[in-house]
Amino acid sequence: MKLSELGVGKTAIISEVKGQKALRGHLLDMGLTPNTCVTVRAVAPMGDPIELALRGYRLTLRLEDAGNIEVEPISMVCSGNCSSCASNSGKRGKRS
Amino acid sequence: MILALAGNQNCGKTTLFNALTGSNQHVGNFPGVTVEQKIGTVKKTRDGSDVKIVDLPGIYSLSPYSNEEIVSRDYIFNEKPDGIINIVDASNIERNLYLTLQLASLGIPMVIALNMMDEVKSNGGSINTKKLSEILGVPVVPISAAKGEGIEELKDVFIRVVENKEKPKPVDYCTGEVHRAIHSLMHMIEDHAADAGISRRFAATKLVEGDESMAKRLKLSQNEIETIEHTLIELEHEAGVDAQAAIADMRYDFIQDAVEKTVTKMSTDSKQHKMSVAIDKILTNKYVGLPIFFIIMGIVFYLSFDLIGGNLTDLCETAIDAGIEAFRSWMTDFGTNPVVISLLCDGALKGIGSILSFLPTIVVLFLFLSIMEDSGYMARVAYIMDKLLRKIGLSGKSFVPLLIGFGCTVPAVLSTRTLSSERDKKMTIMLLPFMTCTAKLPIYGFMASIFFPDHTGLVTLSLYILGLLLAVVMGLILKNTLYKGKSVPFVMELPNYRIPGLKTTLLLLFEKARDFIVRAFTVIFGASVIIWFLQCFDIRFNIVTDTESGMLAQIAKLIAPVFSPLGFGNWRAVTALISGFMAKEAVVSILQVLTNKDTAITDIFTAASAYSFLVFTLLYTPCVATVAAIRREFGNRRKGVMVALLQSVYAWVIALVIYRLILLFV
Repeated sequence: MKLSELGVGKTAIISEVKGQKALRGHLLDMGLTPNTCVTVRAVAPMGDPIELALRGYRLTLRLEDAGNIEVEPISMVCSGNCSSCASNSGKRGKRS
Repeated sequence: MILALAGNQNCGKTTLFNALTGSNQHVGNFPGVTVEQKIGTVKKTRDGSDVKIVDLPGIYSLSPYSNEEIVSRDYIFNEKPDGIINIVDASNIERNLYLTLQLASLGIPMVIALNMMDEVKSNGGSINTKKLSEILGVPVVPISAAKGEGIEELKDVFIRVVENKEKPKPVDYCTGEVHRAIHSLMHMIEDHAADAGISRRFAATKLVEGDESMAKRLKLSQNEIETIEHTLIELEHEAGVDAQAAIADMRYDFIQDAVEKTVTKMSTDSKQHKMSVAIDKILTNKYVGLPIFFIIMGIVFYLSFDLIGGNLTDLCETAIDAGIEAFRSWMTDFGTNPVVISLLCDGALKGIGSILSFLPTIVVLFLFLSIMEDSGYMARVAYIMDKLLRKIGLSGKSFVPLLIGFGCTVPAVLSTRTLSSERDKKMTIMLLPFMTCTAKLPIYGFMASIFFPDHTGLVTLSLYILGLLLAVVMGLILKNTLYKGKSVPFVMELPNYRIPGLKTTLLLLFEKARDFIVRAFTVIFGASVIIWFLQCFDIRFNIVTDTESGMLAQIAKLIAPVFSPLGFGNWRAVTALISGFMAKEAVVSILQVLTNKDTAITDIFTAASAYSFLVFTLLYTPCVATVAAIRREFGNRRKGVMVALLQSVYAWVIALVIYRLILLFV
């Protein structure tokens, strides 16, 4: 599934980051690396860009660019041991 | 010694720079580009040593992908600073340390200024700086730039580190295949790296990340490049490792591990974070986000151009005029030659005065803009407006400069500096003159009240809309021709809301005001004198008493036929247009001066040609202050002049089309 298709409020684990070199490099630098947990927090009033939460901060991204990120949705809602995985730093398997 | 100050955006870099250097700042450009470079001298170092600090652009990585990153990299590699101060936002430590790891591998003496420690503490968190420093191999000094805490310690540490040339201890965050690849490349490029003065570890890592500009900088031979490519292909296909993603991942893994060992409380648990999320529920809300934005901008405009700025400007105008008159009568009493009096009063002083009276408006406008920027709201504006502007090939970040263009084009051009990509910046500047500035408004009002007394509002509105429509068309044309390249990806952080620092804001205002005044006294001074000269002398350099026999009118008479197809091939109208180059307000005053005798304004224009004149006024070359600002941002005199000429050409074409259409249908 693409990150751009993930609904608002949903959390997912990044499986692959594609796209042109510059865009890809930029996304990776901002912390959108494989295995990172990311939540779609909101959508801009006009429906694009989207607001994400990852690694303890908030990032905005256009749907077009988010389409380069493959994710696996997880149905988890903040379990105690990782104090809301998505909005905090955290990777699956590392913190549990 | 020269130190480079590097850090992410929104981490308090400017505040720290100001805290270290006070007002001992010098603004210039980075070599070869028009990116603003601030250099400051550190005040009161304990041992009296002379330390200069260069403020690098806010960056997230040392990749060669964005304008800021390239500028920062080039600065470090070409200018070779003696040390680096890396400012890290402790309240958002994980993402901030990503840049730190790369900076530390440069092999340049370095200090980490761990900022916003007050915020961390007030949230009941703590960071073990000693341990963090051990893990990263770089000294860490906890500070709070906004409160001025830890600044003296920071100074002591960076002076010590630079004087003893304490390089960061190498940190190995890479493992497995990538680690082996980096090490084999390190050996291979050792000599090249030494020649280029770049740390081989940094260079090798960048090469494995697929950074082609690094290969160029190291001057690698074709043979070596092929070997590297082979190594990368091997990594990718045989070991199944995606090197670029793997390195980013390993950096973040290493950081996460370091953070777990040293930081007690998570950033998302902080009051500031929770409050920002709550504020954004309203300000970026699906339904009220946009209306609130327009209300905020409406208030800002009202205060800048009317209530505060506008009234101060009127006051300034009156004061300057009174000053000039006092000066004139003093010189007359003194018996100065009338020509000199006229040169000083009507030429130079009047020109500068008319520009200087804009100063209050600009200062007030920039006060609000800097509050919007520093509080974090500007990032939200870019976020909510992005979709609209993308259609004409820009990003949401261009919205505010365009909006300011409705006030005054000069500050609008200056504010494009906040745009990260050179392409977006230039494109925004090209579109700015289409936004009707407040100086053009009196022209619309004046002409409309004479020729369309029942529809003044409608005429004015139609011109605003025409400008916007043409901006869209121009944007689409530029997007598909001159600026075909894709805009920089819109990957933007939403920082926590913060209360802007008083000192930072005041320093910024001071800087803008100084910038503006310097411009008024150079370019605008020259232009005023030229226009005055053309107005007051005839071709034989005799002084004239009426504007009609002056050189300006003579030139206007020569040019006038060019405007006949547009319906106003009249020297009076053309004189007004030429004077409008000084300041658009002059169009009305010159028209009034030239028409109050035997020729009424209704003799010069018909309703159709009056509208065509207004269309031309809307579109033709902006005032000299704007052209000067554009020239500066383009960093190229020829391009600035080209833009100005181009504007007159399409203004002519569009006015012609509209005039003919009106004649056809009315």
